[in-house]
Amino acid sequence: MSNGYHIVVCGSVVPDPLQTLEPIETPAGPALKNEMLLPAVLDPWAAHALYEAANLAAHAAGSKVWLVSLGARAKLRQVMMTIAQKVSFELVPIDGPASGFIDAHATAALLAEAIQSITGLDRSRLLLFGGWESASRGAGVTMQLIGERLGILDQFQGVDQLTMQPDGAFEILERIEGGRHQVSLCQGPPALFGWATGNLPEPRNNPQIGMANMRAIMPALQRAKTVAPAPDALRYRSASPPKQQRQTRIVKNLSAEEIAREIVAWIEKA
Amino acid sequence: MTKKILLLAHLDESGNGLPKAAGEALGAAVDLAKQLNAPLSIGLIGGDVQAAADSVANSGAQRLLAVTGSEFANPRFASDLLAADALCRAASADLILAPATSRFLRALPGLAHRLNGRVDTHVTSIQVVDGELCATRWFYRQRIEGVFQRDLRPWILLLDSGCHEAYCGPSGKATIEEIAVALSAEARRTTIAGIRAPKSDSQTIRPDAALLFVAGAGWTKKQPDGKSHPEQAESLILGFLRASGASLGGSKSLVDQSGENQAVLGFMTHLNQVGQTGATPRHPKGLSTCCHGEEPHVVGWRFINERRAINLDPNCGWARGKADVLYVADAFDVMAKVNELLKKPQA
Repeated sequence: MSNGYHIVVCGSVVPDPLQTLEPIETPAGPALKNEMLLPAVLDPWAAHALYEAANLAAHAAGSKVWLVSLGARAKLRQVMMTIAQKVSFELVPIDGPASGFIDAHATAALLAEAIQSITGLDRSRLLLFGGWESASRGAGVTMQLIGERLGILDQFQGVDQLTMQPDGAFEILERIEGGRHQVSLCQGPPALFGWATGNLPEPRNNPQIGMANMRAIMPALQRAKTVAPAPDALRYRSASPPKQQRQTRIVKNLSAEEIAREIVAWIEKA
Repeated sequence: MTKKILLLAHLDESGNGLPKAAGEALGAAVDLAKQLNAPLSIGLIGGDVQAAADSVANSGAQRLLAVTGSEFANPRFASDLLAADALCRAASADLILAPATSRFLRALPGLAHRLNGRVDTHVTSIQVVDGELCATRWFYRQRIEGVFQRDLRPWILLLDSGCHEAYCGPSGKATIEEIAVALSAEARRTTIAGIRAPKSDSQTIRPDAALLFVAGAGWTKKQPDGKSHPEQAESLILGFLRASGASLGGSKSLVDQSGENQAVLGFMTHLNQVGQTGATPRHPKGLSTCCHGEEPHVVGWRFINERRAINLDPNCGWARGKADVLYVADAFDVMAKVNELLKKPQA
């Protein structure tokens, strides 16, 4: 494609997966205890989407990448310090809650509105990227809702590979049941891709890219619109971590053969 | 107050029957319809749905609706969305249940937008509490379980597989109400070119297997002789999978090593990854080997009923309090013996 793609990546910030998460009750519903103090990362599958977007843009002259991110301004600033060093993009920040307990429909409405307001975005060349599920809500719903709001009829989820064809079409590999991929051919943009892991390693930090990105990111963060998702009559009765603690039988003094016999008997027991 | 329930389903890959997850969703829908005293309809999508419709003819559904034809045989967002939209409008249902298959997880969130309704996925149970319908699902990658309800209708609920008994009534002769759906050129921009699967002898992900075998990064670490033995690990693990028919899961650390082209297990890909940033498969039994880590890593086998672990560390957070049995032993030795026993003909 001679004019390249306009790639918009949707990705929010989530608590570092290694942190302990404890739900608390608030007047607005469940939330995470000390959420603002937890270190945050860019949502893992959205991060893969960003790296794939940057790689695609690098191979299609004239392409541009935007990252549309909804999260608390302070958290976005913290995460951008790292992510901005990975790949080139223009940040479209939205200052608002990124909790997994916020309804996906309200989040999708805010993200779609932000995408529609991007100056110079050519919707005929639009490739909308994101993670197929977030590490917070984990529903795999938001991207499809954004796509519907933007009128995108070609949507793919669990994408591990996107290959451009000489005629401008795409070949897409989507994860399906049983560790397999469905292969689809799409005529071209506009299209939506909810990425799984993809094939690319995490790019190394590049301070030069970081400095170039941050020149635009910091002012964008200062200008970020503060929003509150519309209340959606979603009512939580409870939110709790699993309490089940198993009584583990520790077997220390058996030989490998004895353990093997016990395991085989257990496996073969109906 | 729920007035009408619709169970949406698509045909399986054979094009004849319903996927296992659809049978489970139907089981849940039948139970719920009884509890709520609400009429149940079934909407089917596929090439030729007669055989599938016959299999659910005695489920108590008052209407059997279908969108059929070759254009609807394969999973595709645009055509699945249009078909589901037509079925929902024809059924006028305010509660729509569907299996959380890859096909419906792709298409049905968009349907919620079109119907001006709401959608929730990966639902693990639905119950009527104090006369109100409540759904349960996990948040933060299986680390917090939430129970919630919604006022807005229609409400679309995609039920995860393995969470409800499947419907198993006798077959009958179904009368199908066909709903016509016209596909525009825009809805045909994507074509399905097939399924890409590993060769049958290297297929390590088996969702219907009775056992999940989880391999951790310990398989690639230095052994007592001071060297790592990835070839031996590969042979032991593949030998066990062949002999037992188990499905293979891998910890993130092991899967990431494969991606970084280290000398590790060649068959291990991100598709095998279980845990916080991977899958959380459902199997009756799970055996973990050489896995280490605390809570975030353990979510990979949250939905495994019976769990056993082989680990050199008796205090490992992966197993202690999470597994039913922890064998403190060298997994290389134990799995070699297990493979020998599994290969022996049964007496």
